[in-house]
Order: sequence, then C-alpha cells, then structure tokens
Amino acid sequence: MLKIEHLSKTFNPGTVNEKTAIHDLNLHLLPGDFVTIIGSNGAGKSTLFNAIAGDFMADTGSITLDGRDITFVPSHKRSKNIGRLFQDPMRGSAPHMTIEENLSMASGRGGWLSHITRADRAVFRERLALLGMGLEDRMRQPVGLLSGGQRQALTLLMATFCPPKLLMLDEHTAALDPATAEKVLEITKNTVEQYHITTLMVTHNMHQALELGNRTLMMDGGNIVLDVSGETRAKMTVSDLLAQFRLGSGKDLDNDRILLS
Amino acid sequence: MDLLAVLGLGQTALELGLICSLTTLALFLSYSMLNVCDLSTDGCFTLGAAVGAVVAISGHPLLSIPAAMLAGMCSGFVTAFLQTRMGVDSLLAGIIVNTGLYSINIAIMGGSSLLNMNKTTTVFTMAKSALANTPLAGQYDLLTVIAAVALMLVILVLFLKTKLGLSIQATGDNPDMVRSSSVSPIFTTTVGLCLSNSLTGLSGCLLAQSQKSVNIDIGSGMLTIALASLLIGRTLMGRGGIPIRAVGMLVGSFIFRLVYTIALRFNMPGFMLKLVSSIIVVLAIFLPYLKSRSPEIARQLSVRFPRLFPAKGRETAGKEG
Repeated sequence: MLKIEHLSKTFNPGTVNEKTAIHDLNLHLLPGDFVTIIGSNGAGKSTLFNAIAGDFMADTGSITLDGRDITFVPSHKRSKNIGRLFQDPMRGSAPHMTIEENLSMASGRGGWLSHITRADRAVFRERLALLGMGLEDRMRQPVGLLSGGQRQALTLLMATFCPPKLLMLDEHTAALDPATAEKVLEITKNTVEQYHITTLMVTHNMHQALELGNRTLMMDGGNIVLDVSGETRAKMTVSDLLAQFRLGSGKDLDNDRILLS
Repeated sequence: MDLLAVLGLGQTALELGLICSLTTLALFLSYSMLNVCDLSTDGCFTLGAAVGAVVAISGHPLLSIPAAMLAGMCSGFVTAFLQTRMGVDSLLAGIIVNTGLYSINIAIMGGSSLLNMNKTTTVFTMAKSALANTPLAGQYDLLTVIAAVALMLVILVLFLKTKLGLSIQATGDNPDMVRSSSVSPIFTTTVGLCLSNSLTGLSGCLLAQSQKSVNIDIGSGMLTIALASLLIGRTLMGRGGIPIRAVGMLVGSFIFRLVYTIALRFNMPGFMLKLVSSIIVVLAIFLPYLKSRSPEIARQLSVRFPRLFPAKGRETAGKEG
C-alpha cells in the first residue's frame, strides 16, 4: 500500500543548525496494516509523517502510495488519499465555521458552486451520530465551541469521511484527558476496522504501541531501528521492547512523555 | 435644522455610504474571510473609477460596469499572484500593486489626472431618463445604487454558502484544514482576491459616475474608510450568520457616512474625512484590546494608587487573610 524507499531529509543543510531528520529510510506497508510507531524525541516520527503528507519535498528517495508515485505530488492533492490527525485538536477544523460547513469541506461532495443540500445534512447527521457525542444536534454551531475531545473526534470523522488509503495519527489523543482519549481511541479503532484503512499511529504509550494494531516500529536518529510484527510482537512485553530499543540504537529510550504502563 | 435638511443629509449619506459599502463588502471578503489585509484597495478603487469613466466616455455606459469589475479582478489577480506564487509578503504585495496602479491609472485616463463626465451618458443618467415620467424620477441615483448594492449583496451571500465560498472562509480560518480537504489555499486566495477587487472596482466606477468626474486621488484613503465602516458594522452586527454580517457591512458604511455628513454640517472642514476614518479604525481596534487587558491594568493601578483605585477581590482578600 505504502512504499517508501531511501527517503532522506536534512534541514538547514550547510549551516550550524544542520539536522538530518530522516536518513535513508525504507518502509513497506501492506493494505490494512495498522502500525504503531514509538521513538525518542527528535527521532523523526513527525518528519516522516510530514514527508508522507507532502509538507516538504524529501532530499532523496521516493514515496509510492497504492502503486502511484506521489513523491512530487503537492500536499493538497495527496490529502485526497491521506487522512491525518495531529496532537493539537485545533489543527484539523476551522473554528469559526459550523460543524456542517466543516464536514461539507471534508466530504468533497458536490461541485465548487454547490450548496449544502438536505441529503448532505442527512448523511452528516448519520455519521456524526456514530461518534456518540451528541454532535448531530449541534450541526449549525461553530466548531470553536466544541471541547478538545469533540473537535478531535470531528477531525477524525472529517479525515475518514471518504475513507482514505492511508490514515496518519500523530499522538492524536495525547492532548486529551484520559477518559476522552479512551473514547477517541475507541472511535479510531472502529473507523479503521470498518473501512480497512491502512494506518500509521505515533504514540508515546508503550503499552498501547504493543496492544493496538498488528505491527510496531521504533524510530531513532531518523531511521527505523526496530520493526516487529506477528508472533514476536504478540509475545513482547514493554520491557522487552525497551531492551530491543537499547540493542537497536545503543542507548536508552529518551522521551519526556513516555508512558511505560 | 428643518426636516427636509435632515432628510437631505440622510440621503447623501445613504447614497455615498451605499456606493462605498461595495468596497466594505470587498474587505469583508478579503479581510474578514480570507484574513488578508489587501493594501491595493486604494489603487484598485481608482482603477475601477478610471476604467469605468473611460469606457462610459467612449459611449458604452452599460459596458463600463463589467469593464471596471474586470479591471479590479485583474488587479486582484496580480496581488494574489505576488503573494502566493512569487514569495512576496501579503502586505507588501498590496503596497507594490497599489504603487504600480498609480501609473496604470494615469495611463488609462490618457495621461491626465482628471477626467470630466459632465456631458457623458452614465448609468445614472440612463436611470434618470428611464425613470423620467414616473414618481421615482427624483431618486434615480439612489435607486441605481440600491439596485447595484442589493444585487452584489445577494450574490456575495449566496456565493459564500457554496463550496468555493466555504473554502475561502476556511482559508482565513485554518489553511491546514483547507489543504487536508484537498483544496489548494493558493487557489482560494486567488479567487477571493479577484472577487473582492472586482467589488472594489465596481465601487470606484459607481462613485466616479455619480460624481461625474474622476480624479487620480479618488481612491486615496478608501481602504481606511472601508475598514472603519467594516469595524463599525462588525461591532453592531458581527454576531450571527453570513447574511447578517454582510448587511452589517452596509449598515456600518451608512453610519460612517452619516456621522461624517453630520460633522460636515457642523462646519467640520471636508479635508478632515481621512483623519476621522483613521481615528475610527484605531478606536475600533484599540477598545476591544483595552477591554481584554482591563483586569491587568486595574490590578496595577490598585497596587500603585491604592487610595484612588481601591482593590477588589484577591488583593484585599490576601491582606485580610
């Protein structure tokens, strides 16, 4: 589904601030893969997501999504096939526009000069109701009035309204309180399962990294240092994972927000 | 002041206010929706006036309207192109276009800085002859303006509800979200600026034809005047849906002109208009800012001058405890 070959990116080359964020990274995802990614601060997790989404052009290497080379495709065109959620719940929706207007943008229904129709509203209502947050009765309210959890759930709905080929979740529950985070994670799991979306998820929760999905990657220094799936992963504990990380990178996992339990 | 004089004042204010409200609507699109402060507004207003005048003088009064709008659209396109494709800062792009338009405007006016339309057939004189034998004959200019503004208002409100309109609103609100909806913010910024500048061009065209002359300075200060009107309108009718806020732009423009006309009546010299508009803009931005900082200021005052400003709440509570 997603194939990344020899991807490299160096920021501020030739200056004192030179930083190699990604170094000769290779990754191959199968359709329906749900991959969790963990790694220390500055390991290149977010840079990898930005490269896949097209926020910047990589220095070398290629990115292929579902058989199509997207290395030089601009980000707004990639977003047709790639859904993305950030840690900040505010980033995914326009606060001064109503819920239905935000959904209308995300749904991609109708031409440039089309209005939101009654049929659109019915579909929005139905999909919002599935979130179980009562948002279906607040469709004409500005999104800015929603709580962080509600906004993140809405963003998830917007990102998956037309199921994308790839969903990238960058610690999307980290800024939410535990109960809301649990709820948003539940919605995420259901959505991904329902539409069989290939998913990449960065998390700082080691337990979650092993429990969710079918494959776990560990990143360090701009590359993947550990890639476990199947039988090996099923038997793994958090301390195994940490030990493996030490073997792979030659140092302890250093992430100021890491949750070991 | 007798009743007729008051009505006369009201009518002048209404007419001028409505003509300039088209520029306010243009800013509503660029400043409020797209979150771009389009500093080319002054030049674009003059551009619309000059193009409209030249086309009308050459004998095509009806054609002058689309011509002025098209000219404004081109100017908006250049501003948008500079800021989205050539890496020019958005404020700077407006200033550059504004400066360039000065030469272009004089060139359009045939090298002169003043065009006279005293004997020209304009949309206003056409309305006058069309309404000649009806009871509305005396109000031909006001009716023309009302028709133009009402049409543009309806089109703008309907447009902002379309997917393209929503995309333009979202570009000012959260460009990341626009990109993730598979829409290019470059495209929406370009369309938004083209449309907003076509309204500015129309506004200039109508003002020139109603005054029967174009001066190269006709647009100078229009940005500040329109911004003052926009901020008045936003203060009065800023809460609610797009239709209410858009009508608020018209109300703001009218109130601005009314206050100004009344001030003129009380012997304020005409050249004060621009200072007044500048002060209104500053106050409209400063007062909400002051309000947001008021708790902080109140606390500082109560600590420095405890007798003059007795402290409320925490400060006293602390001492008693």
